[in-house]
Amino acid sequence: MHSSITKKLAITLLAWAIALVVFFPIFWMILTGFKTEGEAVATPPSLFFEPTLSGYHEVMARADYVKFAINSVVVSLGSTLLALLIAVPAAYSMAFLPTPRTRGTLLWMLSTKMLPPVGVLMPVYLLFRDMGLLDSLSGLIVIYMLMNLPIVVWMLYTFFKDVPKDILEAGRMDGAGTLQEVLYLLVPLTLPGIASTGLLSVILSWNEAFWSLNLTTSSAAPLTAFIASFSSPEGLFWAKLSAASTMAIAPILILGWMTQKQMVRGLTFGAVK
Amino acid sequence: MATLELNNIVKDFAGTQVIKGVDLEVKDREFVVFVGPSGCGKSTLLRMIAGLESVSSGDILIDGQRMNEVGPAERGLSMVFQSYALYPHMTVEDNMGFSLRLAKVPKAERREKVLEAARILQLENLLERKPKALSGGQRQRVAIGRAIVRNPSIFLFDEPLSNLDAALRVQMRIELARLHEELDATMIYVTHDQIEAMTMADKIVVLQGGIVEQVGSPMELYHHPRNRFVAGFIGSPKMNFIDVEVREARGEGVSVRLPGGGEYSVPVDGSGCQAGDTLSLGIRPEHLTLDDNGPLEGDITVIERLGGVTSLYVQCHGEEWILVTDGEVSHRVRDNVRFGFAPARAHLFAEDGLALTHLERHPLVDVERRQNRASTAADAS
Repeated sequence: MHSSITKKLAITLLAWAIALVVFFPIFWMILTGFKTEGEAVATPPSLFFEPTLSGYHEVMARADYVKFAINSVVVSLGSTLLALLIAVPAAYSMAFLPTPRTRGTLLWMLSTKMLPPVGVLMPVYLLFRDMGLLDSLSGLIVIYMLMNLPIVVWMLYTFFKDVPKDILEAGRMDGAGTLQEVLYLLVPLTLPGIASTGLLSVILSWNEAFWSLNLTTSSAAPLTAFIASFSSPEGLFWAKLSAASTMAIAPILILGWMTQKQMVRGLTFGAVK
Repeated sequence: MATLELNNIVKDFAGTQVIKGVDLEVKDREFVVFVGPSGCGKSTLLRMIAGLESVSSGDILIDGQRMNEVGPAERGLSMVFQSYALYPHMTVEDNMGFSLRLAKVPKAERREKVLEAARILQLENLLERKPKALSGGQRQRVAIGRAIVRNPSIFLFDEPLSNLDAALRVQMRIELARLHEELDATMIYVTHDQIEAMTMADKIVVLQGGIVEQVGSPMELYHHPRNRFVAGFIGSPKMNFIDVEVREARGEGVSVRLPGGGEYSVPVDGSGCQAGDTLSLGIRPEHLTLDDNGPLEGDITVIERLGGVTSLYVQCHGEEWILVTDGEVSHRVRDNVRFGFAPARAHLFAEDGLALTHLERHPLVDVERRQNRASTAADAS
């Protein structure tokens, strides 16, 4: 009895310690955003200081946050919807009409995620240039969609596989065509899974920096480019950079926090059943 | 009105034949049961009739129309699945009305038909519930209700009772039989449970390894099994089989020597065999009787008392025999008993497994199931 309490205490402390270590950089960043540039670089860093919004004011004055934010929203949602639109039929056919090559196709799709994106930067850049997609929202939507598609297909595939085939067959006996099967039966049944897949895709798109930095300059640049624009070669301005970063991650952090229950449930759906 | 005809149906799964040429005729309003051990192809055959599985070769005719390439919904069939396959996100009413909704039936008419089916199945109070708030038996009824609403020409049932507990299974069995009377529809029912087959069927189709072993009324299968497989499969406990030597074989009877020396003359057509042949003698446990002057004797190894009847396992000349006797027998394990049987009850099977034909047909064989339940039908009308 006694030892089990000690053990629990130890585990709790360890968990808190790890959580704090992981959280510290974010904590530091948020804190720094409210400092002056002088305080931001002071050693030792001051924990108690007079918070100021000057960093935020400067950031807002120097760049149009709202425009970047709108770009982020449009690109994240657009790429996610497009990915779902393509992935639902793909996952449907893989889950319910598998061929001997289905497994291989799935693995191949996943293997594209193992490639470093920079490896295909040149061809993608040239393609985008020739197609006039550079610095366009539609171009970014397409590349984000392609980036997330393997994961989206995989997740939907595992959710769909958990749907008893009988239910779809019953639907077919009741007169449902493939489209009706998907819309009336499969999608409502796997809505929690589709939602968590969509959320993950939104988050991944929101946080993506490599492609946005390389394929956009100004008009289609999302928040990740907004942050990067504050790390200038003339020197780092920690306070402003932190303020910009906080503003960039705040929306997605809040979204993630609000939907964490949904996310955890979705991500562990197939694993723990 | 619906008849079904299967002509030389074959199903190939990646080079393996699972259905090897099945011919079958189902009459209008008949209750046909496909029965067989697992993997015999009975469910596959049903799914082919439903249109959920393609046909490799052969023809499926419903009311004389070739249906091979017709989609499942257009065949005018309803299917009740083993897992019920209810739509979990829909209420009972929406589950039952889904086919009508797809067929764009107006809401009022849809509701009317659903209510009618709900009335038949006593589901009126459950229409607003979701499937997960229902018991197993209720789910089963909703699944049947969903089938009824479509007003199909043929009902297909794929082991619908196997997920229910024993008591409920018996109750649903009776309800299904009642439903068959009430709806007056053609029904095809797949089960591995021979009691379901025997109690519900007008006609039983025994399948094994993708071929039809025998088609016939329950009593025909019981009293005149075509071969050893059917004889062993129908009836519980299983028929006893022993090897016997033919002493004399004639058209009007075959005389065989039992282990232990007794000689029996079985009234079957013996024109195909001759003295000295080895045949397999089959006798059902319920047709063996304890008899102090019987030709067989042995020691009891196990006694299973069920109350009304008692099963005795008797070791006799190296074979284990099962006898089903009166529940009142007072024998104990290791008692020595003598037993025998009426020759007309015995079956003889040739080496290829085929039964030698009985000279007389059992009087109950040609009594149709409907006649057994004439009073029910009269009550209904």
